[in-house]
Order: sequence, then C-alpha cells, then structure tokens
Amino acid sequence: MRMRRSRVREGRYKPLKEARHEEALFRRRALAGFLIIVACLVALGVRFSFLQIERHDEFSARSEANRVLTRPLAPARGLIYDRNGVLLAENVAAFRLEITPEQVHDLPATIARLGEVVPISDDDVERFNALRKSKRSYEGTPIRLKLSEEEIAKFSVNRWAFPGVDVVPYLTRSYPLGEEFAHTVGYVGRIDEADLGKLDKGDYAGTTHVGKTGIERYYEDRLHGEVGYEKIEVNADHRPIGEPLGRVAPKPGENLYLSIDARLQEATEAAFEGRAGAAVAIDPRTGEVLAMVSVPSFDPNLFVNGIASVDYAALLDAEDKPLLNRLLRGNYAPGSTMKPFVGLGGLELGLRRPEDTVLSTGEFFIPGQSRAYRDDVRGGQGRVDLVQAIAKSVNTYFYSLALDMGIDRFSGFMSRFGFGQPTGIDLMGEGSGVLPSREWKRGRFNQAWYPGETVIAGIGQGYWVVTPLQLANAVSTLAARGVPHTPHLLRAVQRGVDARIEPLPPAPPRKNVIERAANWASVQQGMQEVVRSGTARGIDAGFPYPIAGKTGTAERYSRTGTEWTSISASPIERHQVLFEAFTPADDARIAVIVALEAGRSGAHDAAPIARKILDAWLPGDQQRQAERVAGGGEGAASP
Amino acid sequence: MIDELFHEWRHRLMSMWRKPRLDLPLLGALLLLMGIGLATLYSASDLDRSQVISQALRFMLGLLLMTVIARVPPLTLRNWTPWLYAASVVLLVIVVIHGEGRGANRWLDLRIVRFQPSELLKLTMPMMIAWYLNGRPLPPGWITLGAAGALIAVPAALIAKQPDLGTALLIVASGAFGIFLSGLAWWRIGALLAAFAGVVPVAWHFLHDYQKNRVLTLLDPEADPLGNGWHIIQSKIAVGSGGLWGKGWHHGTQSRLEFLPEHTTDFIFSVFAEEWGLVGVLLLLALYIFIIARCLWIAAEAKDTYARLLAGAISMSLFVYVMVNGGMITGMLPVVGVPLPLVSYGGTSAVSLLAGFGVLMSIHAHRKVLAN
Repeated sequence: MRMRRSRVREGRYKPLKEARHEEALFRRRALAGFLIIVACLVALGVRFSFLQIERHDEFSARSEANRVLTRPLAPARGLIYDRNGVLLAENVAAFRLEITPEQVHDLPATIARLGEVVPISDDDVERFNALRKSKRSYEGTPIRLKLSEEEIAKFSVNRWAFPGVDVVPYLTRSYPLGEEFAHTVGYVGRIDEADLGKLDKGDYAGTTHVGKTGIERYYEDRLHGEVGYEKIEVNADHRPIGEPLGRVAPKPGENLYLSIDARLQEATEAAFEGRAGAAVAIDPRTGEVLAMVSVPSFDPNLFVNGIASVDYAALLDAEDKPLLNRLLRGNYAPGSTMKPFVGLGGLELGLRRPEDTVLSTGEFFIPGQSRAYRDDVRGGQGRVDLVQAIAKSVNTYFYSLALDMGIDRFSGFMSRFGFGQPTGIDLMGEGSGVLPSREWKRGRFNQAWYPGETVIAGIGQGYWVVTPLQLANAVSTLAARGVPHTPHLLRAVQRGVDARIEPLPPAPPRKNVIERAANWASVQQGMQEVVRSGTARGIDAGFPYPIAGKTGTAERYSRTGTEWTSISASPIERHQVLFEAFTPADDARIAVIVALEAGRSGAHDAAPIARKILDAWLPGDQQRQAERVAGGGEGAASP
Repeated sequence: MIDELFHEWRHRLMSMWRKPRLDLPLLGALLLLMGIGLATLYSASDLDRSQVISQALRFMLGLLLMTVIARVPPLTLRNWTPWLYAASVVLLVIVVIHGEGRGANRWLDLRIVRFQPSELLKLTMPMMIAWYLNGRPLPPGWITLGAAGALIAVPAALIAKQPDLGTALLIVASGAFGIFLSGLAWWRIGALLAAFAGVVPVAWHFLHDYQKNRVLTLLDPEADPLGNGWHIIQSKIAVGSGGLWGKGWHHGTQSRLEFLPEHTTDFIFSVFAEEWGLVGVLLLLALYIFIIARCLWIAAEAKDTYARLLAGAISMSLFVYVMVNGGMITGMLPVVGVPLPLVSYGGTSAVSLLAGFGVLMSIHAHRKVLAN
C-alpha cells in the first residue's frame, strides 16, 4: 500500500524506472558535484595561499622564534590527612639521576660505569629505555629515583666522568603510615599506557604520577590541581638560555581530610595481630568511616616509583593475599550476624510478635521432608522468644521464620539494608556480594529455588555472601534505628595552603528502612542480651556504655548434612568468624564489624578484636562528650 | 577434483597477472600519490626507514586487494551488498558492546588481526545506498530519502558513539553523495540543509566535551597554548612559513624540531606544505582533482545505476578526506582525525581506500558487459 502511494507521488517525475533518464540525471549530477568539489578545493588553495603568501612573513618569523618552548609546570598534588590532621600522604623532596641521551656518546657503557658508582638495577635500566622512547633526545630521562644522601655524595665526587648525567631534585609521593592505609588511601603510580588514553594530555603535561587505587584514584580530579607553564628560550640544541620569558604558576590540588581517625586505624590493625581479615568502624549518625583495615597489607610506598619485579611477585604469590582489598572485595558468609536482621524482618513483615516462641529440639524439618537442619546445641535449646533466639543464636527460630517469610519477601527485606549491592563508598572497585534470591539463582545457575535454601538463608548461610563494608553499612543502618547513610571517607577539603578547611555538605537524608520503632527495640534488646548473657557474654566487661552485638561463625562446610562427627572433628581454624556491634546501644556513635578468615568462633576470636577497637575509640569519644557538656550541650554535633 | 580446482585457480591467477583490468591513468595517478606520500613520510619521520617500509608494505597489500576486487564483477558486488552491509553493521554493534582500543572503542580483536569495523563501512555504506536506490524510482522522493537516511544514520550513530567523529562524518558523506548523485531534487536538498541548520544547536548539546573543545579551540586557538590549540597554531606556522616555494625536502624545522604534533599521520599535510610550499600544495591538490575527475568519468561510463552511484559516491568521498584534512591543518575546520588519503601514515585507511579504488577499477573493466 505504502509502496504504491510513494510511486504515485514520485510519478510526477517519471512513471517507472527509466535507465536512459537515470543515466542523464546522473551525468548532470556528477558534473554539478565535480564543480562543487573543484570550487571547494580552490577555496582550500586560496586558504593555503593566504597563509603561505599573505601571512608568510609573519609565520616565517614565528617559525624562527619557535626557539621558544612552552614548558609545562606540574602542580603539586594535594595532601591527604586524617580527621585530626595526621598526614597520610605527602609530597617529599627527593633527588633522581637523569641522563640526557643526546650528550652521551655510548649510552650502554655509560650506564654500566654509572652502575659502579650508584646501584642501578635491571628494572631501572628497562624502565629508562621504555621512558626514553616517549621523550626527545635533548630531554633528561630519569634512570634512578630516590637517591640516598650517600649516593648523591658518591656521584658528586665522580661527576666529572659523566657528562650528560645530572642529579635533579623532584617531589615524590610518600605515605608515612605505610601499610596501615594501603587499602584506603591507596597509592599513586607512574602514568602508563592505559592512563594516557583516559587523561587529558594538556592537564597532565609535566605530571608523571596519577592515582592508581583508593582515595588517590577516586579523588584524582581534586588532588591533581591545574597545570601551569613557562616559556623558555632554547638554542639550536634545545638547551634553555637565560630566565623564563613568561610564567603561569600551576595551581596545587586540594588537600583532603578523611573521616578516618589514624589512632583508631592503628589500634584496629594492631588488634588483628597479623591474622587475615578485615574490620570497619562507622559513625552511624553520618556514615563517616572511622577506621577500615584489611589485614595483611603492603607498603604502598613500593608502588609509587614502580615496584621491583621481585617484590611484586612476592606480594602476588603470598598465600594470605596482601594485595587483596578484603574490605571491598572480600567475600564472607555472614552466618549468624544476619539473625538480628532476619528477626527484624519477621516483626516488620507481621509474621512474628516479639513474644512468639519456637521450640528448639536440635533438629528442624521442612514439613514433608526428611532432611534435618541442625541447631548449635545437640538436643536443642528449648522454647525461645525473639530476644533469647538472638542472644543464644538459636537456629531453629530463624529456620522456621525464613520458611514462613519465603525467599521473595526475605531478599526484598534484606535489600533494604544494602545487601547484594555496592554501598557506594568513595573508593573504586567495590564488590556487591550476593543476596540470594529467586532471580539471582536463575541468572547465575539457571535453576529453580528450593525451600531448603530459604531455610539456610535464615541463618546467613548458603549462597549469601557479604563484603565487610556491606556488613558494616548494614549494622550502621541498624544502629541508627534504620536511617541509612552512604559510607564515605572524605570529610572536608582545603583549596590552597592557607585556605579554610571546608567540610563537605551532608548527603540528602534517606528514608528510614524500619517502619515501626518498637520492632527495632526488640531486636536491639536481643543484641544487648548477646553481650550480657548470650554467645558473647563478658565482652562488655568494664565498658562504660551498653553494647549491642552479635556473633557469627560460618561453616566453610555445610552443617545441614546428617553427620555430626565431621563437625566435632573439625579443626579449630575451620570457620570464618564475625562479630558486629554498636554502642552506646540506645544512641550509637560507633558501629563496628570484624571479619576473620579463620577462627574457632565469632565470640572467641572476632569479638575480642571488636572490643579492642571500641577501647581505642572510647577516650576520644568521652573527651568529645565532655566537651559537648562543657560547651553547653549543642545536641548532636559532629564528633 | 582437486586437480581441476588447482588448474582453474592457476588459470584465474595467470589471467589476473596478464590482464589486470586496471585503469592505467587512475593507477598511474595513485602510484604517483603514494610515491609523494612515502617521500613526505620519510622526511616527516626524520628519515626513519622502518616507518617508510611498513607503510610501503601496507600499500602493497592495498594494491593486491585492489587487483583482486577489480576482478569481481559489479553484478556480484551488487548481489552481496545487503549481506556485506548487514555484516558490517553487526560487527559495529559487537564493537559497541565490547570493543577495545585506547580511549575509544573502535577495534575488534580477532586474535589474528585487529581491525576497525567502521573502516568496512567506508565501502559497504555507498554500496548499500547504491543498491537501495538502484531498486527505487529515481529521482528519490521523501519516502525513499527517509529509508536511505535510516540506512546511513544507524551505522553513523554507532560510530559516532565510539566516539569517532571523523569516520562517522566520512561515512555519512559517502551515503549522502550516493543520494545526491541519484538526482535528489535541488529544492529537497535545500529543505534538508535548512532543517540541518536548525538541528545543529541541538546536536552541539550532545557532543563530548573534548569534541566541543576542538570546535571552541578552532575559534580561539591561542587560548589553550598547551592543549588542542597547540596543534592548530603549530600547523599554521608550518604551512605559513613554507611560503611559495617551500623550505625544501627534509628542511622543515617545524616537524624536525618536533613542534608539530602527529606529524606523520593527521598533520603530514603541514609537513608537505612547509617543505614544498604553495607550489607543491597546488600540484598535490591538482593531482587529487585529477583522480576525482577520472573516477567520476568511470562512474559516468558505467551502464547500470548501481555501479554508477557506487563509483560516484566513492569518488566524491575522496574529496571529503582532502577537504577535512586540508581544512584542519590550515585552521579552517575543527581538528577531526581524518587522514590525507594515501599520504598519511597508517594502514587501515590506506588499505580501505585502495579497496575502494578496486571497486572503481572493476566498474571500469566491466563497463561494456553491463549494458541493460
């Protein structure tokens, strides 16, 4: 139909295709096109003659004057501080050895002789050769960075023997606290091939390093600053003559103040005593991260000027994976730490009242099935309500609750606390863990969901996997009575050396994820009982504030099998252990989670570490509280 | 069986060797252009033999491809056209989904070779437009025009998204020329241009920041002496200082002292203009005009609408390369990554250009066979 109509309309010209007509039409058009082309190219020729005849003298002069090089001046990178002004990343003056290839006759021989005066590794030579390709032969190319004073002295004595080799001052990035902040502040590294495609050539002219991981990478734009330039006259050999002719100063990058407290960070790392795991402390009122460590760690200073290949291989091959950022990408089965959340879900969805009880007999069965789901205590723990179920970590209560909830409502409720999604912290490369759901299983395995999987999800087992940061975020939201705050590290910025420190504006408030405050109170009571009389009793001994907590001891092998013997025979270090806590329990100012990759139980191994973190946090908090009272009680100001 | 096949192929190869079916004036002009290209490259690369050799090898490969394509009858090409077009668009989609390349996603890695599917469209686009218009009553009306426009817009949008504005521009131009040559009424062309002028402010909104920068720098290059403006300023100095007769081969200071960026690829025309002056530039432009004229002549000789439109569109796109590149180095047009045909260093564009000339040679060789 449409065909015909268009034919009719076009029929005004010719009823059907007509070869002769089309050929004539083409010839006319080709001629017209050719004339247009010639006209355009003539215009181009006119443009050339305008530049080459009319303005020849001007450009000739500028070509002569093109002895003036515009040289970029790299801006100083912004510094990074903790919340109290402790320096975490700084720029220190250092000296490097540079070779100007043009002035050296036999480069390999010179490098070999130089190696006798100042140690030069094969890595150094390799890097020098790679770098040289991207530079002009009259430009100095560094061969050794960070010379020691002794090396400088030794070279200076022999300087006469090395024309074309110079000691040159430069600024290098340094991380005074080293390992403690490798997984948060991150590090800068030399700009490489991959970076070149992403960075603006103009802005980074003269800059040698760029943020590779952590805060250094996430806030690269703030830290970098703005490039400046100076014009210098050069002779025919491109050697600068005299003073610069003009100069536009570079603008240094912003100084960043993180929410982390370096003292707390140090105490947290020390509390692990080298055992592999991760811990996070968050202020639930704001989402500010007060401490976050991933153990073991590594020295970020090694990476700044290119890590030696042996060192890198050692880090890569180490069994406990120091390069892995466990905070963002570690995967832990959350285990019993999920019970307060599951219990809260039961109340919020109207499936349980706080006083409803369940009889724990040691074994739980799905109606009509013979497979047994076990309790921790053989023979069961009797009849328990919600508070007791949390305090004693009674599996049966949560098995039956999860089954009543069903997987869809279950994962729907849990996603309110951010499980199964990145928290959105200001760091790159965050993992999203796994929140089990019907859709997830279909997407991942293309299989249907089974009720037994809902049952074990009730005690944080099965497919469920969290990152330490995710867990901390969820506990922090719980501690804040359901008010979520995106965890973040950047607290304030300073633009310029003497400028005011400007706090970042708070993020817009988000919706409370708990509908009834009374439900929260029941769960919180259960978590307080954990510490007073339950699985982690005694962990609050001598602590001035009430603590709410929950242990987690996740099997690496499922407990749902029928064999008890394999469990009792398992070695001590067979579990992933966790502890979550917040304090003061009624009006939390800190939420902490500790995850250990191997341990006997959450109460035995993870909880004491959490207590050490809280002990380290306490003096500062008490001081702030005292100041607030003295200052006339401003209410909930920032700590 | 195998024996027969062997003999048949030997026969084909021998006849290809004896009767290459190439248009000698066009071939001569192309060889001259490639010679100029290699000589300029040798100077621009500061007498780096390895670059010249690798470029010469690419020319060989391109010439071989041209000879092979010249043997394929246009009728066969016509029958393959929709499939070739569809295949190149599919490849483009794959690149958009997971391509790799520095900064921009243009490359498709096939383990053995890495290539840019957008390069294929430089041929398949004019082929598709010619194929489509061949089956429609001409001159085209709005509906034919709309359908042809869609055939152009889809791949062009995919390429612009990569983002590779230069190639997208070339591909849009090659399709548009096909439509123009099919006899689209002048008043419709006028209406389209008017509509286009209305759309430009909207399109500006969707450009990447770096693309906007390029246009803005063009208006005031001195404002950004370290970044984009540097290219234009240095290129104009190179061109202008060349004067009427030029500084002589390998005497251009702008490129030798490395003031001129990208002086073997996008800005090689500046090196040529600096060393050979206005006289050299005008001769080079005359050579391009000769090639375009010869190609259009071949197109007019073709006896079938498909072959005519295809040959015409390929010839006219050559002009876009020269105009955009020349306009760029003289500061008339924005800095868009378009090479100077057969002079700029770079393999893919040389090979795809020579493949295009292969199509022209084939149309030329089969002009008598194709009588309606």
